[in-house]
Amino acid sequence: MTDWTRASALEMAEAMAAGTVTSVELVQAHLDRIAAVDGEGTPSNVHAFLHVDAEGALATAAEVDADRAAGKELPLLAGVPIAVKDIVVTKGMPTTAGSRILEGWMPPYDATLTTKLKAQRMPILGKTNMDEFAMGSSTEHSGYGPTHNPWDLDRIPGGSGGGSAASLAAFEAPLAIGSDTGGSIRQPAAVTGTVGAKPTYGGVSRYGAIALASSLDQLGPCGRTVADTAALHEVMGGHDPMDATSLDEPVPACLAAARDGRENGLKGVRIGVVKELGGEGYQAGVSQRFEESLEHLRAAGAEVVEVSCPSFKYALAAYYLILPSEASSNLAKFDSVRFGMRVEKDTIEKTMLATRAEGFGDEVKRRIILGTYALSAGYYDAYYGSAQKVRTLIQRDFAAAFETADVLVSPTAPTTPFKLGERLDDPLAMYLNDVATIPVNLAGVPAMSLPAGTAPEDGLPVGFQIIAPAHEDARMYRVAAALEKALEGEWGGPLTSLAPELEVVK
Amino acid sequence: MSYTYDEAMKDFDPVFGIEVHVELNTKTKMFCGCANEFGAEPNTNVCPVCLGLPGSMPVTNEKAVESAIRLGLALGCSIRESSRFARKNYFYPDLAKDYQISQYDEPTSYEGELDVVLDDGTVFTVGIERAHMEEDAGKNTHVGGSGGIQGADYSLVDYNRGGVPLVEIVTKTIEGAGERTAEVARAYVATIRDIVRGLGISDGRMEQGRLRADVNLSLRPKAADGEDQSAVPFGKRSETKNVNSLRAIERAIHFEVGRQADLLSKGEPVVQETRHWHEDTNSTTPGRSKEQAEDYRYFPEPDLLPVEPSREWVEELRGTIPEHPAKMRARLQEEWGFSDLEMRDAVAADALVLISDTVAAGAPAQAARKWWMGELARTANEREFTLPELPVTPADIAELQGLIDSGRINDKIARQVLAGVLDGEGAPTAIVEARGLEVVSDDSALEAAVDEALAAQPDVLAKIQEGKVQAAGAIVGAVMKATKGQADAGRVREIILARAGVEG
Repeated sequence: MTDWTRASALEMAEAMAAGTVTSVELVQAHLDRIAAVDGEGTPSNVHAFLHVDAEGALATAAEVDADRAAGKELPLLAGVPIAVKDIVVTKGMPTTAGSRILEGWMPPYDATLTTKLKAQRMPILGKTNMDEFAMGSSTEHSGYGPTHNPWDLDRIPGGSGGGSAASLAAFEAPLAIGSDTGGSIRQPAAVTGTVGAKPTYGGVSRYGAIALASSLDQLGPCGRTVADTAALHEVMGGHDPMDATSLDEPVPACLAAARDGRENGLKGVRIGVVKELGGEGYQAGVSQRFEESLEHLRAAGAEVVEVSCPSFKYALAAYYLILPSEASSNLAKFDSVRFGMRVEKDTIEKTMLATRAEGFGDEVKRRIILGTYALSAGYYDAYYGSAQKVRTLIQRDFAAAFETADVLVSPTAPTTPFKLGERLDDPLAMYLNDVATIPVNLAGVPAMSLPAGTAPEDGLPVGFQIIAPAHEDARMYRVAAALEKALEGEWGGPLTSLAPELEVVK
Repeated sequence: MSYTYDEAMKDFDPVFGIEVHVELNTKTKMFCGCANEFGAEPNTNVCPVCLGLPGSMPVTNEKAVESAIRLGLALGCSIRESSRFARKNYFYPDLAKDYQISQYDEPTSYEGELDVVLDDGTVFTVGIERAHMEEDAGKNTHVGGSGGIQGADYSLVDYNRGGVPLVEIVTKTIEGAGERTAEVARAYVATIRDIVRGLGISDGRMEQGRLRADVNLSLRPKAADGEDQSAVPFGKRSETKNVNSLRAIERAIHFEVGRQADLLSKGEPVVQETRHWHEDTNSTTPGRSKEQAEDYRYFPEPDLLPVEPSREWVEELRGTIPEHPAKMRARLQEEWGFSDLEMRDAVAADALVLISDTVAAGAPAQAARKWWMGELARTANEREFTLPELPVTPADIAELQGLIDSGRINDKIARQVLAGVLDGEGAPTAIVEARGLEVVSDDSALEAAVDEALAAQPDVLAKIQEGKVQAAGAIVGAVMKATKGQADAGRVREIILARAGVEG
């Protein structure tokens, strides 16, 4: 009997179209897998999910199966189950953004993305774990406990979207939704051996995605293969009148670009290696797999050049001024008055203070304090103002680099996944995880991570990052698919197929 | 000593500034599709955006931008080619997102000038610093206990007003008004009200909070004779919030001038603070101190794109700006031949536009004025409506007057017809026809009625023939009674005199 949880999303779609499997069977297989490896009390306790909606997912699946049986025309991914990061609001399904302050909150409306997934007829398996309000690189800052990396349950699955990435690596879902403010899709993809993309800023509507830093946030697709991720990207994209920053342009043809890269190689494509995103501070095995990937790209016909982005060294500092500033304002609304937790005291001020003191975790408080400080009268120009100037410099660096290269590449993260708890008391070390992913968000350009193999020294996944110019999302899929083809030739399938088997509930 | 306003003016020179908030009358709110209406059931005009629910995002209402630009142009402002929204951060239960979307360093309209005409015709020019867009907050109601936010038993919040579009107009510092400070302040706010009404972007009703004023005021010592007053440094100012009628503006300034003069004359400092106006006691009390000024941590709103009106659009909008209310008033008075008193009454009754529209619909100006300032003003008063709220249009009044002028009805019938219009029976002509109210102008019918009346009162006929022509009034009255008021009284009189053989 086929274990459908190991198939790709596009294989599932094809099989449903061919009548070899039903959506109900697919959804049930994934619900069974979740029950076997995810929950508290299971031997693996991956804890990728904060909420599982078995009933809703099966109901959607049954409707899709009925329509298919009736010969109705269905969207490409209809019936393919999906996991949704808990930052996306879902009507009638609890949405917490990983925070205790929103425990039990039932949104009265759907995010534009949720509406699109429903229109695509994709059964939503549930909501995935994340660092509280997407602040973190390990999911250890979730208000509901960490997610465990399926490659090594003692290690972090990355963050903030560790739940979505782990659900893919543990075969609990074939596709997932992430959000990326400084690397929250790409870094978890890197450390779990999966694929994740951050679209061009404005490419996917943010309406209904709980805001962390509005000028940096972007929702994006996660999958185990480049083509699956590309297909989901197209479902998510498109103009939304509810989001004033949404791009009014056609959805990029990502899937066609991925097929093109896989079939036709990369002849004539110039690939720029960003000098500043590598070398010192990068784990040996990470650098090694990165260099090998470059060889594969050359073999596929690409020309590899070196580019320099001198302002990138200020990116982390600028990011940790802009993000907390915007977050301090975005998170003000969690005041106990209209929704979420309320710690009742005798005045409204005390109630607000007590609620926020109890409802927010340490990392959230740290960043609210940082941001409040950075925006204060007398400090604004020195902090927020300077950070915005750095942002302009970084955008110029990208513009110059894209004059000599069609895409830019780097390792996604400097290291393979570290142990849970290892960096919890050292915020600066934690922040350094995102050194290679953050410049992308500051410039608003698209980028993705795909597996480059496992590091020889620890056998843990390494990610390869591809960055494209704004609006050229399709280009990165073309390059990624060509590289994936070469690497899968070595591995005999997606990297996740090499992951150690998880102990399951019998 | 305790200073009166007039006494204070001998020793001190007031310096002031006014912030006016205008609620725009757009169909929907500033950043979402909820209805912008007054008086709905609490929390019915709300959605995820104006409730500030997690994940929701604002989208700018273009009609509100248009109104804001037109107002800026009417205030003589320059319109910025690119202006940004900013977040003003502070915690308050009626502020759904705990930040207000406003404009900070890049207001849409800036650097304007407005001529304010005082009652005696003196023109005082007020400098406009800026006019910017922002969203309104909701409304708190504190129940029980102290009735304030600190000591109430509980508080209710209505977010219907949250997100309603506002334009805030900030004056430059106003100096040199001297003893006319209160008058200038009142006239300035009245002019703003007239302008927003003329533009049709707000009804400007202060009693409903659609137009709200905050008054900043400080005193400085009066310069000695021959010395330059403007060289004397400003004193500490107070900001009196939410002064919600024209009369209250004058009174609040009178009170603050007296209060500050008392303090300064005793050598005590004026505290820089926000003060609240109390309509019942005609006084102000301290609010929060501006010494510990709240830090609003403004930064550009990342969820919205800059407002970038094209020059062509701005010029197109400039073409839609009505003339300055004072200039328009002078022109209309001249055209209509109204006395100063008639004009002032019409302005005070908010009847100018109604009279103007009635004239435009064909009625003579004096007739239009008499209807609106007489019968209709009385009706409005009885029904506790404002004139514009009455269920009658200027076109109705012009039509009614037309019926009189053509002799089809008389004044008395016209009042009955108007009552019918106000009761919703239809347009004047339709009511006249439906009720058969047309004047009896058939001479044979009138002659018969006159003969009958003369026969009934032969002594009157004799008096008339003796030359006591005024005695004909009794016969006219009898004929009117017999015809149920529908006779043309002038014609009846002519027939009586003819029958008596007397020249009219």
